[in-house]
Amino acid sequence: MEWSDDGIVLLARKHGESSAIVSVLTAEHGRHAGLVRGGSGSRMRGVLEPGNRVRITWRARLEEQLGSFTQCGMVANVSAGLLDDPLRLAALQALCAVAEAALPERERHGAVYAGMLDLLGTLDSVAWAGGYVRWELALLADLGFGLDLSACAATGSNDNLTYVSPKSGRAVSASAGEPYRDRLLALPGFLIGEQRDPGVGDVAAGLALTGYFLDHHVLAPHGKALPLARGRLLDRLGR
Amino acid sequence: MSGSEIEQLVQLLAKLPGLGPRSARRAALHLLKRRENLLEPLARAIAAAAEKVRACSVCGNLDTRDPCLVCIDPRRDAETICVVESVADLWAIERTASFRGRYHVLGGVLSALDGIGPDDLNVGGLVKRIGEGGIREVILAMGATVDGQTTAHYVTDRLQGAGVVISRLAHGVPVGGELDYLDDGTLTAALKARRPF
Repeated sequence: MEWSDDGIVLLARKHGESSAIVSVLTAEHGRHAGLVRGGSGSRMRGVLEPGNRVRITWRARLEEQLGSFTQCGMVANVSAGLLDDPLRLAALQALCAVAEAALPERERHGAVYAGMLDLLGTLDSVAWAGGYVRWELALLADLGFGLDLSACAATGSNDNLTYVSPKSGRAVSASAGEPYRDRLLALPGFLIGEQRDPGVGDVAAGLALTGYFLDHHVLAPHGKALPLARGRLLDRLGR
Repeated sequence: MSGSEIEQLVQLLAKLPGLGPRSARRAALHLLKRRENLLEPLARAIAAAAEKVRACSVCGNLDTRDPCLVCIDPRRDAETICVVESVADLWAIERTASFRGRYHVLGGVLSALDGIGPDDLNVGGLVKRIGEGGIREVILAMGATVDGQTTAHYVTDRLQGAGVVISRLAHGVPVGGELDYLDDGTLTAALKARRPF
């Protein structure tokens, strides 16, 4: 078995003295792990930092084996450009940690990969924060838990959508949701195209929204919790 | 094939970094052949290290004294603290003989992968040392990795308002390095950290 693909490094775990088990989100083969010989060495360590874009060749005798990334060349060093920026570095770590935790192994998720690629390209711009929340929404949709933000679940109108129902994942208008506001999740306007540049509060509300569905529908059924790195991103945004 | 003591020796040696079962067997045989001038002195040195070496209660360095020799050396600059991830990094900086201040060993870096959070690092000890006064500069000497720099940012946040200068090691072209052979990440960092010449 052998294939080559483009990918984004999600994590590298030291294995033995010099090797590493690396998880990569690939374009055609989904989230895929493999052994990189010499992956903990000085030559490869910089390549295997989270967020870096790589071109890999995976090889194994049988498909069900872990296999090795026999070639792992850097396409773009994304992480190096963000080391000086604590907020964007936290976003990069959260992005990789969420993809690692939420995506099933060896299942193609082209939209998630493409969204992540776009986001990595915009992490150094001002638009990254809204883009990050939209990426988590797209991740939920790709995993089958997409939110319906087009119209109010109660009235069918698309005016003044302010909440999201945690039960149905559908938007709720301000008037219909008012009696239940304590039990509904806030829907920031930038997710329904009302504003271009969301403020910190909007981004935090967006992350709370996607975090709820990621936690309850994607991670908890597998005994997982939201990654620590995502919590650190929220902490940084709150400052 | 051999007694249980030899097997145990081989098994323990095989756990050392850089040694596998085969090289551990060679090392054991080498030690046993040089009983008086290698095996017994080594056994005594290991026993003494196990008995006496402790982590310094001030900086986290390993030494037979507490506080360690670095912390009590009056010729060192007591106003500058270099924060490192591990004792191995402390030794690496000491080998250069270019830093004459004191150290603080964090005992790791923040790592979401390994579940290492702020409470697992010795940051509280650093904040306490600085709170006691007399510190002018803190040098953050973490690796140029995502986890290393995340830790550096976290330590910087914790030290805000402490009234100390916070600096970090430069990232860029290594001495003797030719640009053509550098990876693009290092070159990007070097360009970002350029300075007037």
